[in-house]
Amino acid sequence: MSLYSFGLEPLSCHAWNKDRTQIAVSPNSSTVIIYQKKGKEWSKIHELKEHSGRITGIDWAPESNRIVTCASDRNAYVWTLKDGVWKPTLVLVRINRAATCVKWSPQENKFALGSGAKLISVCYFEKENDWWLSKHIKKGICSTVLSLDWHPNNILLAAGSADLHCRVFSAYIKEIEDKPGPTSWGAKMPFGEVLLEQKDVGGWVHSVAFSPSGDSLAWVSHNSAISVADAAQGKEVTQLTTEYLPLLSVLYVNETEIVAAGHDCCPYQFSYMGPGKLDFVKKLGISKQTSKNSMSAMQHFRNLDKKATTDEEDNELNTLHQNSITQLCVVEGQKAKVEKFSSVGLDGALVLWDVKV
Amino acid sequence: MARNTLGSRFRRVEVDGLEENSRFVEEQDEAAELQGPDTAEVDSLLRQGDMMSAFHVALRNPPINSKNPAIKEKAQAVVLRVLTSFKSSDIEPAVKSIDRNGIDLLMKYIYKGFEKPCENSSAILLQWHEKAFAVGGLGSIVRVMTSRKTV
Repeated sequence: MSLYSFGLEPLSCHAWNKDRTQIAVSPNSSTVIIYQKKGKEWSKIHELKEHSGRITGIDWAPESNRIVTCASDRNAYVWTLKDGVWKPTLVLVRINRAATCVKWSPQENKFALGSGAKLISVCYFEKENDWWLSKHIKKGICSTVLSLDWHPNNILLAAGSADLHCRVFSAYIKEIEDKPGPTSWGAKMPFGEVLLEQKDVGGWVHSVAFSPSGDSLAWVSHNSAISVADAAQGKEVTQLTTEYLPLLSVLYVNETEIVAAGHDCCPYQFSYMGPGKLDFVKKLGISKQTSKNSMSAMQHFRNLDKKATTDEEDNELNTLHQNSITQLCVVEGQKAKVEKFSSVGLDGALVLWDVKV
Repeated sequence: MARNTLGSRFRRVEVDGLEENSRFVEEQDEAAELQGPDTAEVDSLLRQGDMMSAFHVALRNPPINSKNPAIKEKAQAVVLRVLTSFKSSDIEPAVKSIDRNGIDLLMKYIYKGFEKPCENSSAILLQWHEKAFAVGGLGSIVRVMTSRKTV
């Protein structure tokens, strides 16, 4: 486990490049900063300034080395590296509210963008006119789309939204890909088709994640619960209500183990073994040892004089992060066997965690 | 320091009114409307001094799907009566005897009770809150706040 602090500003989002030597972060502003790893430190090498609103999502496509960013200014840009400089290309997403999240598809030929306009914009590159086009998924969505995740088959897209629903849509774009074969979620997948609509999960759905095989879908909602929908078992949903504060981000580290983190400032591990068997495993990270030295009489009275109390109160939390964790990302290992993952939070820190299953 | 010095007039704009058909429509739940705990049964159990059973009966059939405020008031009154007739030392075993969903439901009733304090109710409710919190944690309180199905 290692912690690196990028400053005092909260980190809204982060994305890694292919070999994890560079990281793109946004410090709660309209710019994206790319840092290069130099030994144990990170040094700033690029600053991407094009957005006029706060950046809400960054995703870095590992193979094609393109970055997509979206912001509250209702725009999304795709950045490509040319001669050592990142050049932006505007994407016509056609939304009239802020964008909230963005994710490249597994094959990187399209990306999905969630927005406050109650729709998801699936964008792909049209070669003839040399620009990015978008198609909208609106069916059933009644409020802001808060989170997205792609199924490994590059077609299905899970969306968590503020209308308390979690849905799986088909984002099949016939112009750029072949017809998909049937999956455990369904056989007919025209664009915009709803393959799962989980109603009223109890709160805003902050984050969704497909398992490495794509057969199950986990999400975390604001009622401090984590749920899993199992396509292989008739799309049965199992929900586990926790006694912690709401979780904001969820990630699969292998087919059955799930890590989630949120307002409690530390990641928790859960295990899904089948319908009805979603259990809490452990809290990750060791608590800092609070050193309670025996105070001398002098210190005792000094404390009483200065702070009107004799308690040696520590103002810090005993978790690594000092504020809510906003996003988790895979760093090392395949999706099916994650070895390291990263977390960024409102305290401006990046922590790398080792997975010990 | 705590005062918001940036403009906040935008918060008064009714965004949903600007566009047609854009209001968030609450989905109508077709679940059965439960009528609240059986007052007579609870009364008789209290008279017999069987607090634990009265407690369990009071937590049955919560009127969470009902839109009738009278039913909710009645249920709240019944539960409050049971909660206030408990001795402080009996609260902890009672809380330990209910499952997770029961703790969430108990928390809902406790917070509802806080809304309209009457003589002595807040003191006993705070004791119940402390014990329920020890089992349910912050998550149970968050669920009271986020649940659209109020008791």
